[in-house]
Amino acid sequence: MSESADLGVVGNQPTDDGGSESAGRATRFVGVLKRMPWLTKFCFTWLILLVSAATFADVIPGLHDPDYQGFIFGDGKTNDGPSASHWLGTDNVSRDILARLIYGARVSLIFAFSGVAVGVTVGCILGSISGFLRGFVDTSIMAFVDVMLSFPALVGLLFVTTLLEARGLFVLCAVTAIFIWPRFTRVGRATAITVSGQDFVSAAKAIGTSRRRILLREILPNVFPAVLAFGLVSMAILIILESTLSFLGLGVEIPTASWGGMIAQSRQDLLINVWPAIWPSVTLLMTVYSFNNLVDWLRAQTAVRSAAV
Amino acid sequence: MPKMIASRLLRLVLTLLTVSFATFVMVNVLPGDAINALIPIDAQQDQEFVEQVREEWGLNDPMLVRYGRWLGNAVTGDLGDSIVTGQPVTAEITHRLPITLEIMFVAVGLSLLLAVPVGVFSAYREGKRPDRVISGFAQLGLSMPVFVTGLILIYIFALKLNWFPATGWNRPSNGIGPNLKTVALPAMSLAITEAAVYTRVLRSDMISTLKENYILSARAKGLTDRFVLFRHGLRPSLLTLVTVVGLSVGTLIGGTLVVEFLFAIPGIGRRIFSAIYQRDFMMVQGITVLITAFYVIVNTVVDVAYMVIDPRIRRTN
Repeated sequence: MSESADLGVVGNQPTDDGGSESAGRATRFVGVLKRMPWLTKFCFTWLILLVSAATFADVIPGLHDPDYQGFIFGDGKTNDGPSASHWLGTDNVSRDILARLIYGARVSLIFAFSGVAVGVTVGCILGSISGFLRGFVDTSIMAFVDVMLSFPALVGLLFVTTLLEARGLFVLCAVTAIFIWPRFTRVGRATAITVSGQDFVSAAKAIGTSRRRILLREILPNVFPAVLAFGLVSMAILIILESTLSFLGLGVEIPTASWGGMIAQSRQDLLINVWPAIWPSVTLLMTVYSFNNLVDWLRAQTAVRSAAV
Repeated sequence: MPKMIASRLLRLVLTLLTVSFATFVMVNVLPGDAINALIPIDAQQDQEFVEQVREEWGLNDPMLVRYGRWLGNAVTGDLGDSIVTGQPVTAEITHRLPITLEIMFVAVGLSLLLAVPVGVFSAYREGKRPDRVISGFAQLGLSMPVFVTGLILIYIFALKLNWFPATGWNRPSNGIGPNLKTVALPAMSLAITEAAVYTRVLRSDMISTLKENYILSARAKGLTDRFVLFRHGLRPSLLTLVTVVGLSVGTLIGGTLVVEFLFAIPGIGRRIFSAIYQRDFMMVQGITVLITAFYVIVNTVVDVAYMVIDPRIRRTN
């Protein structure tokens, strides 16, 4: 509780000692990394690798074109095993699996990040307003949220993406955003209610701070961490959602590489060559697992810290 | 309690109205004309005929009028006719719903069967090796997308071992054995993720229950560990689990859609999938409303079940 109160004060102070503080923060960050269990270290490394591979996919030397079907031009084998030029082998139309995995990571990560970004932003703002103001505003926002939550999201997603007929990554992200924000708003509101009841908010009210200022300076900054934590959990869920959509043939349009799409495609040849199914499945599993593991670890850390306070 | 149930029912009705209206608006605002589902594109040269069909299906009326008409029929239990097949939507639903429900119930049953003992044991050995192993597996199960689990199960049990069929469905009228064989793999694919969720939830509730004083006194009386765990510890630890089971109906609906797609099962999820593809709006509308109703009703029941499980809540209300 005292920690949150400190936060509010620090936010108002000019940060003249910013340099030394950030250095201290960096060493603390390294210390925290060192204390990770080996599995969490592994997960963390995997995610960093994945994000950087996806980011720099275009400039990785020697990485094949993910859409190049060599067998048409006679310089590639379909369903080939691992080799020096194709580290993970090729799929049933002789595309390089490694390249497709890396470009597929791009789709997954952009989808998940954008969903979380929208969710956290909307969830923080609407949740704070709803939880702090209460009354009519709260009731109407929450009624809307409840309706959105009882709407079968996957059905809605399928529906909109099918009818729009254009399924670029941007459209997918936008449609997902419509269905993702209600849960974040719930989390934000629940936190805002707790925060609103705390002493520093009463203090701010007592000295006559305007409601807008309390909302912006006291409530929002304290709601943000909780919503962000939920955002991390949602990363895993969104990555699963994206791959599921692609698996159903409703994700990004083919031939754009996506993990779910790769799995769907390899399904036909499961008995001939199981590797094109295994690689994307393992990548997907490791990524989702890494996010889950990291979130659990973070949660344990913060629980320990708040217990210490 | 009657007051609470009444307010719940009111909310149910309001939710259904809003959801059905939202679906209706969505159908009408988004591109894709229902007329394309009624008449093949190349037969649409005949403007007069197209107009006649439009008039016949009431497509020329304003949206609100059409929604009102649909709602009026829906209240009497008539969800309209499929634009593509001409069959009543309700007939199609009653034909397919039992399949989906069976998969869902078997999946929830399997996961509870696995999650309750495992979760209790994990909490009992909190922090020890068995607990860490179980938690690790739960984390892994949580990370498995349904279609990946399904594919793995198909590969092992259908393609390699040939124990279960990879696709298809046998109605119970064809015999219980064949029916169970076709339900096994789809239900298991759903159950693995759910079991992981349930285990984690039950474990954390159980851990805090086991710190209560009445557990200590039960132990002090010399009761066996098993008796204390299942007779004293389990029931007060079920609250979150029950909520999560109720909420998981939502995820399960999405999950069954994937599973029915993967295993080629003619359930409700597969039907809405094809209905969306065919622009069969009446069907989409009907099934969406049905799914929403199901979800909201289950969660209302869960809220009531709370009070049955935990007398402390009954008193505070």
